[in-house]
Amino acid sequence: MEHGQRMTDGRKRWLLLVGAAVWLGLPWLVFGNNYVLSTLILIGLYALVSTGMTLLMGYAGQISLGQAAFYGIGAYASAYLTAHAGWPSWLALAAGAVLAALVALVVGIPVFRLREHYLALATLGFGVIMFTFFKEWKEITGGLNGFFGIPPIRIAGVPLQSDLQFYYLVSLFVLAGLWFAHNIVRSRVGRALRAIHGSEVAASSLGVNIMKYKLQIFMLSAVYASIAGSLYAHYVTFINPDLFGIVPSIYFLIMVVIGGTASVWGGLIGAAVYVCLGEWLKAVVPLLLPNAGGEFEIVFFGLLLVVMLIYMPNGLTGVMQKRMRRFLEMGGRQEKQIAAVEGHKARSIGGERG
Amino acid sequence: MEAWSQFVQLLFSGLTVGSIYALVALGFVITYSVTGILNLAQGDFAMLGALFCITLVNNGVPFAAAIGLSMLAVMVVGGLFERLAIQPARRSPVAVLIIITIGASFVFRGIALLVWGTDPYALRPFTGHGALEVFGAVIQWQSVWAIVISLASFAALHLFFHRTYIGKAVAACVINPFAARLMGIDIRKMSLGAIAVSAGLGALAGIVIAPISGASYDMGMMIGLKAFIAAVVGGLTNAPAAIAGAFLVGLLESFAEGYLSSGYKEAISFGLLLLVLFFMPNGLFAKMTGKRV
Amino acid sequence: MSAVLLEVEQLSKSFGGVQAVQNVSFHVKKEEIVAVIGPNGAGKTTLFNMISGIIPPTSGLVRFQGAMVSGKQPHELAMLGMTRTFQNLQLFSDMTVLENVMVGFHSRLKSGILSAGFRLPRTVKEERQAQKQAFSCLEQVGLAHLACKRAGTLPYGMQRLVEIARAAVSRPSLILLDEPMAGLNPQESKQLVDVLLAMREQGFTFLFVEHDMETVMAIADRIVVLDYGKKIAEGAPEEIARHPDVIKAYLGEEAV
Repeated sequence: MEHGQRMTDGRKRWLLLVGAAVWLGLPWLVFGNNYVLSTLILIGLYALVSTGMTLLMGYAGQISLGQAAFYGIGAYASAYLTAHAGWPSWLALAAGAVLAALVALVVGIPVFRLREHYLALATLGFGVIMFTFFKEWKEITGGLNGFFGIPPIRIAGVPLQSDLQFYYLVSLFVLAGLWFAHNIVRSRVGRALRAIHGSEVAASSLGVNIMKYKLQIFMLSAVYASIAGSLYAHYVTFINPDLFGIVPSIYFLIMVVIGGTASVWGGLIGAAVYVCLGEWLKAVVPLLLPNAGGEFEIVFFGLLLVVMLIYMPNGLTGVMQKRMRRFLEMGGRQEKQIAAVEGHKARSIGGERG
Repeated sequence: MEAWSQFVQLLFSGLTVGSIYALVALGFVITYSVTGILNLAQGDFAMLGALFCITLVNNGVPFAAAIGLSMLAVMVVGGLFERLAIQPARRSPVAVLIIITIGASFVFRGIALLVWGTDPYALRPFTGHGALEVFGAVIQWQSVWAIVISLASFAALHLFFHRTYIGKAVAACVINPFAARLMGIDIRKMSLGAIAVSAGLGALAGIVIAPISGASYDMGMMIGLKAFIAAVVGGLTNAPAAIAGAFLVGLLESFAEGYLSSGYKEAISFGLLLLVLFFMPNGLFAKMTGKRV
Repeated sequence: MSAVLLEVEQLSKSFGGVQAVQNVSFHVKKEEIVAVIGPNGAGKTTLFNMISGIIPPTSGLVRFQGAMVSGKQPHELAMLGMTRTFQNLQLFSDMTVLENVMVGFHSRLKSGILSAGFRLPRTVKEERQAQKQAFSCLEQVGLAHLACKRAGTLPYGMQRLVEIARAAVSRPSLILLDEPMAGLNPQESKQLVDVLLAMREQGFTFLFVEHDMETVMAIADRIVVLDYGKKIAEGAPEEIARHPDVIKAYLGEEAV
């Protein structure tokens, strides 16, 4: 909240500076190692998807088990429009986002009349149906053989082909996505979402149009996923339907659960933990169990999911938030915070969730 | 005549698949009725049952014993799952419980992957490879087994819930958990029992289908989801309706595959799910009942 | 006399075959405090839920500021200037007290998802205004010092005040209070009565359902009495206190 902002501004600025230095310097720190860079890019892309999902699940409290479908819509829209229709990559990306938002709207109108079990099932059903389309609509998607030869994304006519360039591009999107999400959270819209999560009947009695906000945030999360999908398609230049099925949707869910829903950073943290853990498991487990093949890492992610939900239901950000706040406020006493509120009544409300 | 035999063929293959879905869907209904949890790991019990059974049979255990042992083993797995994953999270919101069962499903799949690898396994049919010819269609004996076993299981459960003391206690628990507790019925034991029985049913489903379509670590998800559709179509708490739903889904898939395209069969059953959810959320067979807001 | 704000005409609701509310009519004028009382199960909460749009009436109509509003959604009513509190508190317990009250100001703000996401100057200005209003509203109910506490951590009585501040911050024309005194100790009740009386001085209008007769007699201008879903009496507190049907309904036959 606003409280204590003045005394913590200095510290926040410090954090920002360090963050910016790490962001710019990271590629050089790893000596342009392409493996590390591609891992970072993957984290960024997943972070975009899971940031949108964090808004939907963490703030508005609505579950989605079919989010990979929107990731796929973005990827196939970009792939098809640039490779076959000759559109500029940015226009294709925007078209994919609009399409994803429209699909979210059309699907969301009936889906958000449902709750709990039924909502989970309906989003799962949506995911399976979209996956079937990616698989079967061969003229557009190339079917199970995949879609080859997606052209690179271009900025002012220059194609972005190196991992380094892509790293900066993706991280710009992630920053913009986080900024946008952060702004939403500390606004009237964010409060309305959390109010819906808290008590729908109370929220509506105060003027919150529940259906409208559920739909809007679902559409927004679809746009996040779609943009990530478009970028992914241009990055790897080859996509196939398996990347956008039910299991990937569950992976996004895992990222959101790991990251937690206490802050908009949850998506990024969850994606980073997920990708790093996955890479580590792929490196270590075969040494211990030479027969391990396929997607064996799902054992660990499954366990992680169960254990986190039982013992740490607010995810990593839920745990970190308390420590972070302590660090930022340096034990600022409640009275001081109140004084700050009183003193700054006119200033805009701050970001952290209280 | 050709068309007629194709029809009969599809009909039987739909009934066969439907009976598998019915077994798993029965498990869903029992778990949901007693615990209020939609267990998305239900299909993985079928996978575990099939793989256990195949391993036992391959190691020389007599067929009937292997079936019993693997059902028992899966029931133990189900019990562990209930104690370790469900019970500690009893008070969590519904969405959290759903995600926990998804996590458990991943764990089962992953363990199966590590133990059995990615290759599919085959199981010999219960009673030889013979087939039955009906109107020019070839019906495997295993299909008949599948249908008979699912109907027999339903009959057995029906007797259990309506004729035995424990069964009636469980039914009471479903109708009014609070009163059940006052009567000295231990809800936690009920929850354990329900999930174990569901796991056993799931295992049976896996064992029955294995001779027809093989078994592999990832077979659980689709069986589970289809059975799920069946249960929702039937209304989630109504066992006979869930079984009807299961046969409906099985037939729909079979005919869609035969007459339209195999690729879209999943879209068709999930489309049915969405239609039912949107327009008849209490299931196709639900009587219109006033629900309190 | 001042203008009629809320008119309830022949409002009825039946659940299955049970008539929960039967042909109830009354009205609320501006700057009035009207109480609806009645024994348990008299249909008070059902009546409230119909007026506030949570459940649709079986028949009858509700007019608010001259416009037909029966069948409208709760959020539409809130936009028109009718808010409510709940008998079993419905605070957003994970949000701070200040944020709770700021949600109450929702109907007065306009920022949509894009304006908020890009943090346009309009949104920044609105946020300031919302915070200021919410804070001054908390000052009025005497909770400003708790603005940054998580609402769920407050004692029950204070949560009740937060809920009232949340319903009042948008300056609605009418606030419905569903059993505001339920669960409060005598000291908390007194504090709440003071707050309500002070709010009436500022021009707020209240319609409330209450069990606690002392409170009702102390603050209501007019009382509507329900029994078995029907209106059995209406009038000033002193009339109601003497009304034979009311005494009968509350104390049983032998008391008459």
